[in-house]
Amino acid sequence: MSETPESAASHPTRLTGAEIVWATLEGEGVREVFGYPGGAILPIYDALRKYPIRHVLVRHEQGAAHMADGYARASGKVGVAIATSGPGATNLVTGIATAMLDSVPMVCITGQITSKLLGTDAFQEVDITGITLPITKHNYIVTRSQDIAPILREAFLIAKSGRPGPVLVDITKDAQQGSADFDFAAAAPSPHRPHPMLSAEHDAITEALKLILAAKRPIILAGHGITESNAMDQVRTLAERLQIPVASTLLGLGAFPASHELSLGMMGMHGEAWVNQAIQQSDLLIACGMRFDDRVTGVIASYAPNAKKIHIEVDPAEINKNVKADIALIGDLREVLETLLPQIAPRRDTTWLRTVNTLKGDAAVRDIRNLPDLGHLYAAHVIHDLWRATDGKAIVVTDVGQHQMWEAQYYKHESPRTLITSGGLGTMGFALPAAIGVKIACPEKEVWVIAGDGGFQMTASELSTIVQEKLDINIAIINNGFLGMVRQWQEFMYEGKYSCVSIVAPDFVKLAGAHGIEGMAVRTRAEVLPAVDVARHSGGPFLINFMVEKEDAVYPMIAPGSALDEMIRRPSKNPLIETSEEP
Amino acid sequence: MLHTFVALVEDKPGVLTRVASLFRRLNINIISLTVGHSERQDVSRMTIVAEAAPGSGHRIKASLFKLENVIDVDDIGQLSCVTRELALIKVAATPHNRAPIFQLAEVFRARVVDLAPESLMLEMTGVASKIEGLIQVLSEGDNTILEVSRTGRMVMRRGQHTSRVLDAMRLSSPEEEPIIPVTTVAGDLGRELLSEDPNHPL
Repeated sequence: MSETPESAASHPTRLTGAEIVWATLEGEGVREVFGYPGGAILPIYDALRKYPIRHVLVRHEQGAAHMADGYARASGKVGVAIATSGPGATNLVTGIATAMLDSVPMVCITGQITSKLLGTDAFQEVDITGITLPITKHNYIVTRSQDIAPILREAFLIAKSGRPGPVLVDITKDAQQGSADFDFAAAAPSPHRPHPMLSAEHDAITEALKLILAAKRPIILAGHGITESNAMDQVRTLAERLQIPVASTLLGLGAFPASHELSLGMMGMHGEAWVNQAIQQSDLLIACGMRFDDRVTGVIASYAPNAKKIHIEVDPAEINKNVKADIALIGDLREVLETLLPQIAPRRDTTWLRTVNTLKGDAAVRDIRNLPDLGHLYAAHVIHDLWRATDGKAIVVTDVGQHQMWEAQYYKHESPRTLITSGGLGTMGFALPAAIGVKIACPEKEVWVIAGDGGFQMTASELSTIVQEKLDINIAIINNGFLGMVRQWQEFMYEGKYSCVSIVAPDFVKLAGAHGIEGMAVRTRAEVLPAVDVARHSGGPFLINFMVEKEDAVYPMIAPGSALDEMIRRPSKNPLIETSEEP
Repeated sequence: MLHTFVALVEDKPGVLTRVASLFRRLNINIISLTVGHSERQDVSRMTIVAEAAPGSGHRIKASLFKLENVIDVDDIGQLSCVTRELALIKVAATPHNRAPIFQLAEVFRARVVDLAPESLMLEMTGVASKIEGLIQVLSEGDNTILEVSRTGRMVMRRGQHTSRVLDAMRLSSPEEEPIIPVTTVAGDLGRELLSEDPNHPL
């Protein structure tokens, strides 16, 4: 928070607990919150009228959590979600877990029944600190007004420090109603406890340098930590200085520019073949702020068998969790790289790069614009055209499933915080509410939701929020009438026997219309760019229902239990076929 | 294999749940867990013994560190330390058959802490194997063990070692509440204690 008004509250003022909540949020630099009122949080909502904070009224508390999450991912600031006790609090749970798995800084404030009734099963009582214990970085229950300010301030510090994450603060109604002296500066949290495991030790740095300088086939694995640590320049310098190709995780996309000649693209289950082949052939992996998730490694036993691994990571618990590191540099990525870089001289050996480029082969120069228009509409076309139309500059918020992987493959992200997606938890229904948070954090940016017809129906009620808040968000529904990714798995792994994956949807254009949102349906390739153009210039929210090929699949794919370079390639019946790769 | 961790944690409600929940999440069985006051008023000390894969010590330690209420963690591993456990053992005994139990207690350096017409209670401190030895010989005889209560292991590293984290916190906030004075064990008594073999059978 750049403009924390430490001086604004240097004298204690007598305030109610509810007022202290807002005064503390204001002091922490919060300008927008996402929430839904209810009985146990009435005092806080009453006090809100006195404070210059924008409250976005959501349609379901899960939406509030996703909005705060999207807000935080887009801005780098702490997102704030507010809900009442009981069902309000439990509705936050999916959103909190989503933020936890993707290390998103978030503070959730929930109302709680009055402290004297705790544990009596009073109306709308739920043990939300118990429920969220394993899905928050930390949580609190506050029963005294005077504890609100110091605990909230500590919650903000915890949410954004180290590996960020969600923190929940449960405040009883009597703590909201009581009063206490408020002094923002005096409520400052004590410095974070020292972490003895958090030092990239000198020996490790020396060993890492030796490995880096000796490597013939190094690869940088770029993760979400690059964005969180603001280490984009340092990673780029490292890559350029030693001519090391860069493979990205899903959440790492954008942290290294997609158009950079050293960018390989996304690795893992739906990464392009050459990326995974390059990783398998590599002799040194430099993992930057990533955690070797099972979706990026395939079978661990055969993962990058010839590569030494340098793992640069802020969370010591990630070291050796999935992949055994040869060197662990524990600490803030940017600081570690700044220690390393001055000791690394430029190298001009391009043998490895040429090998990697050979792996790319014809696949890399494939331009799906030039493929024949056979009357089918493919999601890949839609996303590719959307990328062209927006010049790659929109913030894209995706849901979870096939469209998410197509987005990752065909929308080229040049800068961080431009792809907002639920990676770790894979939360369907994330896109629409998260996009609301994104748009509120970045009102000047073009924001696109890309969602499937399944996930969109999970949180479609937030269309009303878009209208109420007058937000200019464009929505692309990739509609194939199926829960596409599950259908694809059933096709590949259950002999094409479909179980519960065909899904009926409302007419999304009419649904948008019922909310007062313009929309249109698109059925052919030729209509894509004109429709996107209409949406971009409509001056308000706009929904496009893209009726795409029903049984298309995401390729390549590494089936569970396979090694990283054993992938299912595109079959020849698909017009997106790469002829050169036919077996 | 058995892993032993010493965790210094904030003395606040809910901290035990957080620690226990971590082991539950990692699907690791806790063999014993003891909590009590430490030399600092606001800090509790836990000794956690858990059965886990040989290489998992680092990850458990690092995961414990991630809990905001955990101040410091020590993975004892093979480090030189003193391990103790306290057991209370209630044995059925009448005035007629007490004598052999008294003898056993003496051999094991256990103490009789309660004597009733039909039972007696032994208090025994030592390493786990010593306590198990007493329980075994008691049950091998004609005796009936009525109740056993064991504290689980407490561990403290030998020598000068103290928590680096607590030391750093002390330096950074000198005006904080005073440390409870601890009388240092020195001289002959200290050497005698240090030479005591924790694995001695008796």
